[in-house]
Amino acid sequence: MGKLAYYPGCSLKGTSFEYEVSLLKILEALNIEIKEISDWNCCGASAAHSINHNLSIALPARNLAIAEKDGYDSVLAPCAACSSRLKNADYELKNDDVLKKKITNSLEMNYVPAGMSINNMLEFLIGEVGKDRIKSMVKKPLSGLKVASYYGCLLVRPPKIMQFDDAENPVTMDELVALTGAEPVDYSFKTECCGAINSLSKPDVVMALTGKVLYDIKKHGADLVVVACPLCHSNLDVRQREIERKYEEKIGLPVLFITELIGLSFGINPKDLAIDGHMVTADSVLRKIEELNNK
Amino acid sequence: MARIGVFVCWCGSNIAGTVDVEKLREEAAKIPGVVSASDYKYMCSDPGQNSLRNVIKEQKLTGVVLAACSPHMHENTFRKAAVKEGLNPYFVEIANIREQVSWVHEDKERATAKAVDLMKMMVEKVKRDRPVEDVKVPLNKKALVIGGGISGIQAALDIANGGVEVILVEKEPSIGGRMIQLDETFPTLDCSSCIMTPKMVEVNQHPNIKLYTYSEVEDISGYIGNFKVKIKKKARSVVEKDCTGCGECWNACPMHKNVKSEFNLNLSERTAIYVPFPQAVPLIPVLDRSVCLHFKKGGKCQKCYDACGPKCINFDLQDEIIEETVGAIVASTGYDLMDTSMYGEYGYGKYKDVISGLQFERLLSASGPTEGVIKRPSDGKTPQTIVFVQCVGSRDPEKGVPYCSKVCCMYTAKHAKLFAHKVHGSQSYVFYIDIRSTSKGYEEFVRGTMEQDGAIYLRGRVSKIYEDGGKLIVKGADTLSGNQVEIAADMVVLATGVIPKKGSDKLAQMLGISYDKYGFYTESHPKLRPAESSTAGIFLAGMAQGPRDIPESVVSGSAAASKILGLFSKNEYEVEGTIANVNEATCVACFYCRRVCAYNAISKKEIKDRSGKVVKVVASVNPGLCTGCGACVNACFSKSIDVKGFMDDQIYAEIKALAI
Repeated sequence: MGKLAYYPGCSLKGTSFEYEVSLLKILEALNIEIKEISDWNCCGASAAHSINHNLSIALPARNLAIAEKDGYDSVLAPCAACSSRLKNADYELKNDDVLKKKITNSLEMNYVPAGMSINNMLEFLIGEVGKDRIKSMVKKPLSGLKVASYYGCLLVRPPKIMQFDDAENPVTMDELVALTGAEPVDYSFKTECCGAINSLSKPDVVMALTGKVLYDIKKHGADLVVVACPLCHSNLDVRQREIERKYEEKIGLPVLFITELIGLSFGINPKDLAIDGHMVTADSVLRKIEELNNK
Repeated sequence: MARIGVFVCWCGSNIAGTVDVEKLREEAAKIPGVVSASDYKYMCSDPGQNSLRNVIKEQKLTGVVLAACSPHMHENTFRKAAVKEGLNPYFVEIANIREQVSWVHEDKERATAKAVDLMKMMVEKVKRDRPVEDVKVPLNKKALVIGGGISGIQAALDIANGGVEVILVEKEPSIGGRMIQLDETFPTLDCSSCIMTPKMVEVNQHPNIKLYTYSEVEDISGYIGNFKVKIKKKARSVVEKDCTGCGECWNACPMHKNVKSEFNLNLSERTAIYVPFPQAVPLIPVLDRSVCLHFKKGGKCQKCYDACGPKCINFDLQDEIIEETVGAIVASTGYDLMDTSMYGEYGYGKYKDVISGLQFERLLSASGPTEGVIKRPSDGKTPQTIVFVQCVGSRDPEKGVPYCSKVCCMYTAKHAKLFAHKVHGSQSYVFYIDIRSTSKGYEEFVRGTMEQDGAIYLRGRVSKIYEDGGKLIVKGADTLSGNQVEIAADMVVLATGVIPKKGSDKLAQMLGISYDKYGFYTESHPKLRPAESSTAGIFLAGMAQGPRDIPESVVSGSAAASKILGLFSKNEYEVEGTIANVNEATCVACFYCRRVCAYNAISKKEIKDRSGKVVKVVASVNPGLCTGCGACVNACFSKSIDVKGFMDDQIYAEIKALAI
């Protein structure tokens, strides 16, 4: 394993602090060291890439350039939007010399694409950490727990750039779920859109889309949902109560980050994983784990 | 001393409109060695050719330059005229002042100057021409057809009926190819088996056809008229001459539920000793050793042997290599369907009732796994609603291939029609991008499916298929109404894209023929030589060249056959003399030329002294294979190769003529 850089992005320092807390906890348990990229800036997601193409490349390129200068050869960007932006920049700079010149000039920093391995959370866990290492740390197998993995869009799309898993039928998160001893639940809307950032401007659209996903998961008998994207998390978790009211049908599905689920299987105290930080309480999941353990 | 005649053609106003033909003639007359310069309105016409012949005769010309149209047009015409006056045909050179001058330029003065230059170059070239003799290659009048689908069968029958011996090699245990897997055929709905089996039987019984099934071409060497072929006849474990095809053996085989039938595309099972389908030709079973208990369990099971009356099962039979020499080859290797695993959103392989178009053919077929009753694979129920999705893999540069698979529009319309005929009150939906129904009777056929059989056509693509409450929910766009649609279906049929047969690229490399980036064999000329491959003596037929339907495949099989019969109508094959020639004295045997030759035309030749000792190894050009492309000339480090008619001194003289 080379020198690993960590790019938290805004979400992990704010609304999705549980993601960062649980990530750092499991890496501590695994004895893996990652370092935050110094003086990192916004990845350009949501706003920049819909307004200014150069800016949408320059912002992530700067982070990559710093990481490269500091001698890292691998970057972990847990937020799906961040990893998407970083990979996009890497891809475009690799394939467009004119753009590369422009970006190098405006940043006054050089970034040599292709040398850096950029990973989303799932890629990092499967690729950099490895299944065996994760499995060896599982102290409290979650057998009996039914877990639905929700991928959303950015982890796998566009496939040409992401080069990760099957864009239409991804399985990596399900494989990670299986490592914890829990039972992956198959359902129909793994990669369906959650509505993403429309959550702020058109909450009705988000409720319709997210509702469809949640009710389908519920129907397939899952105890909880795991995600690897802060925006997915916020739509599935924060909007859940409202969706229940709108469609007059209870859902009650706790939504955890994959890192939290792995942390639980490592036997880490739920409090230390910030599992109490969600809108839909995860008490039912914790209770079920206790029951299954006592059996 | 050279006596050159220059003939300037006006080509009506085609040339004369842009090039000052009189000036050109005057300039020609000034060149040393030119004894006659003339111009005429149409050199290719009868009077034009006669004047050419007269001048050759009267002026005792040693070379002729025509400033006219492209040599592709009339080089042959003028060569023939010259030959009649006793001139070597290669002493006729053409300065192309139509395609390369008058048609592409507007400024008359500058066009004329260019025409003068081109003409001067050719005069210098013709001065240095040496006689070139065409090469004659003897022909073995026997043909090899690789692939026993409809196009291969058609080619074999046509050649055989022309009185020529044919060897037909088929990889599968039976001939028939894809067509015999089909149910009824568009647009006339005649049953595929009914029109196919008589042809298959005819092949098997034809005195001029030697049929090798369950066999593969292992190696091919040689050239037109003289190909050496090695055919591997895989061990069938059945002595063919004794087998009566009675079926006792496969009825006795205990492995009757374990192996998926390849012919029925995994929709049914077969035994270890089996015929792929009841009408197989030859009706001789094959023992699949990879699953047979006799081979897996150390010889214990021999139930088939016990059941066999004539005792023609032989577990010890080995693969056999058969060597044949043939004069011409037809490559008709056919096609496969794309693996649709890249369409995870369609759930092929995950949902049992999402099937391919070819699987649906088997469900429709009376000899298929359901005996022609449409039953869905999951629970055997007859579906009431089927969604057909076209262009799965075709016309999709992102995930599949950019080209159109050509047959899907028609067979989907046929599927929807047959579904309506077989299941009354049923409903089908067809998602399409465009409807391509351009042959005779095709458009009417599709219209009929829509209007009489009530299929609902939706223009748009399907984004997702998922299971919900025992139904397959098909989500898609109807781009004509601008709506998103969701259809609850009992079954989904994917019209998967056509790709070249697996392994056809390897065969192409063996044959030395070219193929495109998708793997389809390339024609020598896409329009004018559609039956010929890039290599002389090797012809193409059927889907190996690209997507096409049954009539087109039949036509291409016949075309290849007629080309071969034409070729075999002479005793020798004449190759243009303008091929590579090795100077054996200077060749250093580095064989770099061999690496650049696209036609496998260069081999090693040993020069021996009287006692038979090898004194030198040199490159040797096979006249049957060489096309005179000149790649080896460029590659040769010791400047030991020239192409006859395009010698170095000629080319240098041309360049020099341009410089002065």
